[in-house]
Amino acid sequence: MSDAVSAEEVRHVAELARVDLADDEVDQFTRQFADILEYFETLDEVPEVDREADLTNVMRPDEERDSLDREAALENASETEDGYFKGPNVS
Amino acid sequence: MSDDIFITEETIHGDDDGPLAGTTVAVKDNISTEGVRTTCGSKMLAEYVPPYDATVVSRLKEAGATIVGKANMDEFGMGSTTETSHFGSTENPAAPGHVPGGSSGGSAAAVAAGEADVALGSDTGGSIRCPAAFCGVVGIKPTYGLVSRYGLVAYGNSLEQIGPFGETVEDAAALLDVISGHDERDATTHEVPIEDDASYADAATGDVDGLSIGVPTELLEGADEGVVETFWGAIADLEDRGAESHEVSLPSVEHAVEAYYVIAMSEASSNLARFDGVRYGHSSDAEGNWNERFAQTRKEGFGDEVKRRILLGTYALSAGYHDKYYKKAQDARAWVKQDFDEALSEADVLASPTMPVPPFELGESLDDPLQMYLADANTVPVNLADLPAISVPAGETDGLPVGLQLVGPAFGEERLIRAASALA
Repeated sequence: MSDAVSAEEVRHVAELARVDLADDEVDQFTRQFADILEYFETLDEVPEVDREADLTNVMRPDEERDSLDREAALENASETEDGYFKGPNVS
Repeated sequence: MSDDIFITEETIHGDDDGPLAGTTVAVKDNISTEGVRTTCGSKMLAEYVPPYDATVVSRLKEAGATIVGKANMDEFGMGSTTETSHFGSTENPAAPGHVPGGSSGGSAAAVAAGEADVALGSDTGGSIRCPAAFCGVVGIKPTYGLVSRYGLVAYGNSLEQIGPFGETVEDAAALLDVISGHDERDATTHEVPIEDDASYADAATGDVDGLSIGVPTELLEGADEGVVETFWGAIADLEDRGAESHEVSLPSVEHAVEAYYVIAMSEASSNLARFDGVRYGHSSDAEGNWNERFAQTRKEGFGDEVKRRILLGTYALSAGYHDKYYKKAQDARAWVKQDFDEALSEADVLASPTMPVPPFELGESLDDPLQMYLADANTVPVNLADLPAISVPAGETDGLPVGLQLVGPAFGEERLIRAASALA
C-alpha cells in the first residue's frame, strides 16, 4: 500500500514543475494522486527484465545549412528586444 | 456538424497533381501547419502559428491533398474522449450523445461525418485506435519509426507515432503510403521496408486465407459483454474466409497500463517544460520574477489533465522515486516487448477488441482519471512494444460502434492491412 500523498507533497512537486495551483486544485490532486500512485505500486510485482536495446546512433556530417530566419523564430514571442526573446527578470 | 470537429477550419491547397489529388484531409491540431494556428487543443497555444510545416504536412501537399482543417483533440493528446480540449468537446457522428474517443477525436469524427475523406492523428497510447473504434472508422498506429514526427508537438517521444484514418482500410493505407518513410529531420525514422513497386494500399486485398490469428485472453478479461460478442462475430467472419484463430497469453499486459502512464507522464513532464511563455504560447501578465511568471503562465495555460500528468511525471522522476516507478516501468516495457515477440512467433497477427467498452456518454467520465486510464488497457501495450496496429470496425453493440484491433510484427503493416481489409 502506498502512503497517501500529502497536500504538502503535491505543492512541492508543483513548485518543482513550475505550475502554480489553486487551493482547490491541491485538494483535488491530493485525492486523485493517492488513487493513481496506489495503482502504480503494482509495478513492484514486475520482475527484473533483461533489456537488450537494439539501437544504433544516427549520425550525419556537421554541414552548414539554412535554418529558420530570426524574424520567423521570434514571431510567436510575447516580447522581444533587438532581435532576441525577452523574458522576465531572473530574480 | 463540423463546428465542433475542427478547431480551425481553413483550406490549405496542395500541389495540382499527385496520388492524393482531389482527396480532402483533416489534420490533428498537434501537427504543425505553416501559417495556420496549431493549438494542441490548449489555451497555452491558442494563438500559436507555426513558422514551418511538419514533414507529414509537406508530404500531403506534395501528394496533391487538400487540407480542410485542424481537428479537435484532447489537450496535448492527453485523454481518451476529446473532452479535455480547451475548445470544447466533439460529438460522435456515429453515436450522438457520446464522445468520439480520443485523443484524436476530431480526426476520426471528420472522417465519420464525411467532413474529410481521410485524416491524420497521433497515437501515444491509443489516440488513433480509440477514436477510430468509437467512431466506426479505420485507424492505423504505425510501427515506431515508420512515420516522421518532425513538426509533431511532442508529448511522449518514445511512444508516439503519426498515423492515418480512413473510411476503409485501403483509404487509410493510401495515406500511409504518402506519409511513411525516412526523414533526415527525425533520426528515429527508418527506411521503409517495403518493395519498391509495392504500396500499402495495394496490400488491401482482403485475403486472409491461411492467416493465423492469436487472441490474447488477457485483453478480453473484464471487457463489456456486447463488445466481446461483437469481437467474436468479426473473428468468425475472418474464419469463414479461411483464417484460423487460437488463444495466446500475454501475462505482462496486466502491468501495461501503469507502466505506460509512468513513462508517458515522465516524458510529458520533461517535454512540456518548454512552455515558459517566453518563446511562444500564452504568457501571463502577472508580476514577478522568472520562476513566478513561469509558474503563473503554466497555471493559466494548462488544463487539469495536463497539470495532473506533468505533476505525476515530475513526481515519478524525482529523487527517491525514480527507481520505484520509472525504472520498474522500463522493466515492464521490456517484458511486454518479449511477450509480444513470443506470441507473434506463433501467430501472424494478434486480435482483441480495440477498446474494452463502447463509447462513453459525453461528460460521463471526466471526474475519475484513473478509470479513464484503465480504459486504455488494450491499446497501450502496443506502444510499449513499438509495434504496428490497426483498428477496424467490427460491428455494433446497442447501436454503438465496436472496433477490432489487429497487432503485427514491427514493420508488418502490409500484413495488418491485408487482414483488416477483409472487414472494411
